[in-house]
Amino acid sequence: MFDFLAFIPRAIAQGIPLLFGSTGETLTEKSGNLNLGIPGIMYVGGICGVIGAFLYEQSLPSPAEINTFLGILIPLLSSMLGSLCMGFIYCLLTVTMRANQNVTGLALTTFGVGFGNFFGGSLIKLSGSELPSVILSTTSNCFRLSLPFADKLGWFGKVFLSYGFLAYLAVVVALIAAHILKRTRAGLNLRAVGENPATADAAGINVSKYKYFATCIGSMIAGLGGLYYVMDYAGGIWTNDAFGDRGWLAIALVIFTVWRSDVGVLASFLFGGLYILHMYIPCGMNLAVKELYKMIPYVITIVVLVITSMRNKRENQPPESLGVAYFREER
Amino acid sequence: MDSKTPAVKMRDITKTFGPVVANDKVWLDIYRGEILALLGENGSGKTTLMNMLSGIYFPDEGRIYVDGKEAVIRDPADAYRYGIGMIHQHFKLVDVLTAVENIVLGLHEPGRLNLAKAAERIKAICDAYGFEVDPYQKVYDMSVSQKQTVEIVKVLYRGADILILDEPTAVLVPQEADKLFAVLRNMRDDGKAIVIITHKMHEVESLSDRVAILNRGRFVGDMLTKNTNAQEMTNMMVGRPVTLNIDRPVPVDPKPRVEVKGLTVRSDDGIVKLDNVSFTARSGEILGIAGISGCGQKELLEAIAGLQPTEKGSICYVEDDGMKEELVGKDPLAIASMGVSLSFVPEDRLGMGLVGSMDLTDNMMLRSFRRGHSPFANRKAPRLLAEQVVKELEVNTPGVSTPVRRLSGGNVQKVLVGREISSAPTVLLTAYAVRGLDINSSYIIYDLINQQKKRGVAVIYVGEDLDVLLELCDRILVLCGGKVSGIVDGPGADKHKIGMMMTQLGGEEAHE
Repeated sequence: MFDFLAFIPRAIAQGIPLLFGSTGETLTEKSGNLNLGIPGIMYVGGICGVIGAFLYEQSLPSPAEINTFLGILIPLLSSMLGSLCMGFIYCLLTVTMRANQNVTGLALTTFGVGFGNFFGGSLIKLSGSELPSVILSTTSNCFRLSLPFADKLGWFGKVFLSYGFLAYLAVVVALIAAHILKRTRAGLNLRAVGENPATADAAGINVSKYKYFATCIGSMIAGLGGLYYVMDYAGGIWTNDAFGDRGWLAIALVIFTVWRSDVGVLASFLFGGLYILHMYIPCGMNLAVKELYKMIPYVITIVVLVITSMRNKRENQPPESLGVAYFREER
Repeated sequence: MDSKTPAVKMRDITKTFGPVVANDKVWLDIYRGEILALLGENGSGKTTLMNMLSGIYFPDEGRIYVDGKEAVIRDPADAYRYGIGMIHQHFKLVDVLTAVENIVLGLHEPGRLNLAKAAERIKAICDAYGFEVDPYQKVYDMSVSQKQTVEIVKVLYRGADILILDEPTAVLVPQEADKLFAVLRNMRDDGKAIVIITHKMHEVESLSDRVAILNRGRFVGDMLTKNTNAQEMTNMMVGRPVTLNIDRPVPVDPKPRVEVKGLTVRSDDGIVKLDNVSFTARSGEILGIAGISGCGQKELLEAIAGLQPTEKGSICYVEDDGMKEELVGKDPLAIASMGVSLSFVPEDRLGMGLVGSMDLTDNMMLRSFRRGHSPFANRKAPRLLAEQVVKELEVNTPGVSTPVRRLSGGNVQKVLVGREISSAPTVLLTAYAVRGLDINSSYIIYDLINQQKKRGVAVIYVGEDLDVLLELCDRILVLCGGKVSGIVDGPGADKHKIGMMMTQLGGEEAHE
């Protein structure tokens, strides 16, 4: 029997990092920056949160004296600062210096993972833990606080109210991003920058400014995905490389949602579900079948790529100048 | 006229791109209530000069005065603040947005984004000057002329009263151009200052009040249009006397060379691009092809060259002795080796013929590298050919090892046409061979085409300037929505009749 009540909350929790990542990347790509550094940025977002939480916990005389507000704020800010720096480096290289976006992005991913593993390893040493991980369960408890009456509401509470605040933030941010892109002046200008920067420029829009802002804000949002993963999903346990390929899935999700972050809300939950489907489908002793189930999200992404490239609707295509640096006086 | 104060004064404007001096101490006055035609050869710096006025470039030296006060225009937003708006040759519109979204783009109007209100204002502007715009139509659904209208409305919406139009008629059929001119005259009478960059002399004469002429980045002079004529203006542009007649030698012994019968071509997305097209191109004759852009001209040439899969019909190459050979189903290389040469200049100048980042020599080699038997390519012959093309066609380039991308549009075209002609073809296919070329270069190209015709080459010439088609071609085939609307003899053909055939006959709407 398939246990939906257990499956859905896990699928949603699994989907939240993807949602943060894809919302951030959607904003970024709408400005014409194809930021393939998202996996690295999410990783850095995670480790920076861990560093912040670790230092704060170390400064406390005992874990019980943790201030819930600070316990959330410090990791949150350090995570955002870390991913902001990554986004800024990306912009500096691709917008100001007009470096190749793909190479820069891939380099940032490699760098971000290395950065995370380096500091992850250091913290593990510092904490003197037996296991190869940093355990920050006190901070994690702050992040995982849910409404006190959620447990009493049965299945409703379990499906809708059992998450930490970051999960709701992810949904809210995704919806706000969609609204901004669709309905506001800034969103219109941003879309124009990503579609046709020369046109945007001629219309008096500061192209570089929009690219910087969209990419840096997008990076910070994506970084929160890393933070959510460590602090909420993984229960405050940082293990090097545990984040896995979620960053790449987030980028795939952007294509899957045809650059719409509101669609991303449900799509990320779907991806989250597919990601953990193999744990919920009984497949006996045959482990090979399990491995096949693990492939599903990637197979789906490939199928979606094929379908979206066959559809000719112009609105569903990537921003036209995605991946291309803009230089006004180019002849 | 001198008693009026100019709306814009440009003084000693200099702009360089690396070693290239695009504008050298240029003076220019623009008056309100007047249409100024800015003339000059390709690469003479007209567009660069206007780009400095509209804030795309910033001048290295010199000053700009708007209404007597010195103006510093650092970006397009500044330009709008001074009431200057430019309609670029390549439209600056975002395809996936609607007309109204494009028009309000980048504006800092107070309050929330209100497209309905903006649409009302657009309607008011349209009514005032006689435009037609559907505010909620997506730009990618629009015809070229509709896009241009959106561009003009966009500029007016921003309150511009100094309008610059860069080659506005290059993509319009005569009827559309007439409509545009009527609107421009309305705006002039409304007291707006209008600058129009164009290569077409008859437009200058019929539309403008004053002309200003640039030659190689320098300002040559300006005068009232009614005090001058096409010959004088051309001489000033080129800097020496030139003759302005297109020859049309009588075809010598024309024989059928290419026979097209019932040709039907469908594009990838299933739209019929050519519908049952039949005609014969004869040797020693120039067959002109007229039609609104996107009516199947591209597909027709590509089908003959073997680049476009066909659905039905046949294309036969006829030898001098009457032997016929079917071209459909042959690969482009085999067709090319039979002497069918395609010098196709697609909408973006560097599309199919040349590789932008390669230099002139390498581009010449694209045609010849298969020759020779050693594993190494022979670079000497292409180099000589490149030098010859540069010399004979007066290509303005620092040298034969300059990447083609750096050349101005007209020079790119000369390189391409020069290379194609050098392979001594028996059938020459050209499309838009003079698009964007100034008058002098255009005449060089016409001359080259005529030389080929005299050699007995069957020339198929796809053109957009009807006046030229009428003067150059022996016969003109008019396409309308992929169907043959008629074939007219060149001498004595009537321009407006052909214009009507381009838009109406066939009964079907043109796609794209």
